[in-house]
Amino acid sequence: MRARATPYLLVGPASLLLVLFGVLPIVVALVVSMTDMDAAGLGDLSRVSFIGAANYQALFADPSFWQALRNTAFYVLLGVPSVVIVSLVAALALNHTDNRFFRALRSFYFLPAITGIVAIALVWGYLYNSQFGLFNYLLSLVGLPPVPWLSSPAVVKYSVAAVAIWRGTGLNIIIFLAALQGVPREYLEAAALDGASRLRTTWSIVLPLLRFAIFFVTVTTVIAWLQFFDEAFVLTKGGPLGASTSVSLFLFQEGFSGARFGYASAGSVVLFVIIAAVTVVQLRTRRTDADL
Amino acid sequence: MQTSEAPRPAPAPVRRAAARSSRRPARSTLVVGALVTLGAVATAFPFAWMILSAVKPRSESLAYPPHVLPRHVTFEYLGQLFSELDFGRYLVNTLAVVLISMVGLVLMAMAGYGFAKFEFRGKEVVFFLVLATMMIPVQVTMIPTFLILNGIGLTNTLVGIALPTLVSAFGVFLFRQFMTTIPTEVLEAARIDGAGELRVFAQIVLPMSRPILAVQVVLTFITGWNSFLWPLVVASDQNLYTLSVGIALLNQQVATNPSLQMAAAALMVVPVLVVFVVFQRHIVQGFTLSGLK
Repeated sequence: MRARATPYLLVGPASLLLVLFGVLPIVVALVVSMTDMDAAGLGDLSRVSFIGAANYQALFADPSFWQALRNTAFYVLLGVPSVVIVSLVAALALNHTDNRFFRALRSFYFLPAITGIVAIALVWGYLYNSQFGLFNYLLSLVGLPPVPWLSSPAVVKYSVAAVAIWRGTGLNIIIFLAALQGVPREYLEAAALDGASRLRTTWSIVLPLLRFAIFFVTVTTVIAWLQFFDEAFVLTKGGPLGASTSVSLFLFQEGFSGARFGYASAGSVVLFVIIAAVTVVQLRTRRTDADL
Repeated sequence: MQTSEAPRPAPAPVRRAAARSSRRPARSTLVVGALVTLGAVATAFPFAWMILSAVKPRSESLAYPPHVLPRHVTFEYLGQLFSELDFGRYLVNTLAVVLISMVGLVLMAMAGYGFAKFEFRGKEVVFFLVLATMMIPVQVTMIPTFLILNGIGLTNTLVGIALPTLVSAFGVFLFRQFMTTIPTEVLEAARIDGAGELRVFAQIVLPMSRPILAVQVVLTFITGWNSFLWPLVVASDQNLYTLSVGIALLNQQVATNPSLQMAAAALMVVPVLVVFVVFQRHIVQGFTLSGLK
């Protein structure tokens, strides 16, 4: 018996959950961002009132929001090129020779990508520690002064970003390695016969063929870094003095620690618009690029 | 999308020619090999440091200059996590979240099957909506999702912790792609033999999807085990904390006892490392597929 309801029963639950937690939140954020919803309003909706664009006005007048925006821009500008270049170079190097040794080494590069951020952050926090951390000891061995990794507003962004770069490369190395499998061997052989050096072949043949993979990794990495959250949250809670606070972390603090749901929702909407705009611009560039 | 661990294609003639001229690896291979090894050691170093420090007595983990190798090995702190802190409970909660996530896996398989093998009104629209959710960033939806969970009374429950990430559009998409390759005749034959829809799904479709199921089970375990944001946001009752939240709390007592902290980190990381070593092929395959979405 093949009831007409069968496909709906199959597809229904998953689709419902996705709409509930994927699409609906955007609508909820839009609505809530125009109210003064707070902890009291959470329990009793009658205590929530419509306040129009006041949250947005307050947000753009809030110096800590601007600081979070600047920090996020910093993270994106530092993190995205680092992650893309490091994972591309690592993948090319790992792909240099196909023997057991090189294959076994790959696993080491994947490890950071699969382990939980909280545990990772704890380990890095210990390495960064200014009293008994390993990093400052290593610096002292080569005669350098200790670095206040997590306590100086000028340094903290680099320290936090370094952890995220370390953690972000594994997945992209896998993607690049998969893409490298798709490079036809004949091209490389032809280039070798013509006397092209390994470096030249990589530059003129392999990299152009990886264009799509590089584009894909760049777009997803930009989105990931625009949402930068975990590392800063666990390592520094955004401090000192908000120096490592990203927009996501700002939203988290306003929303959950401060229970200012309306205000934080306005921030969510702004972040969503930024991410959507950046992604659309990237996709556009790709299209013009492909037309050439 | 079949398992692609078949033996590699024969080595390129170029390399064979090189091998004939000399048995030793080329100099460039040695240089690249050394660099790649250095990178691998540097990447894996924090894990080694974590495990070494977890078995050091506190006096050694606080020592300056630091000792690389423990002079005295102790498992005191691993025990302390369970005896003095509540990590036994956190571990049980984490496993519960992982189990609930596995329900999501079944839902995703069902949806994938529905989209792959049935024609129904509204299919395109629903499938488009499903794919559209892939574009929406998690951090943006964090606050409204919390409000929705609160609205349906699921805050401070284990189900509430697992629900927002129970189903991923990408998982549905992968199942659909795979299940499209199952021959429709097989399903029709089973139906003619009198099998109900449930039976067709459970006894034919699922077993035939084993490769993609394996990938998804491993990835679901890893994401469920590591999940941090939702346990943090949804669980306000300490009885519902997962390992990641427990460890984040431990982080607030920084600088007091690195050995204890490293033991907690190891408790969370080592199971994933074991899963990774055992199922590496599936994980890499899953990530590769996720790169092609």
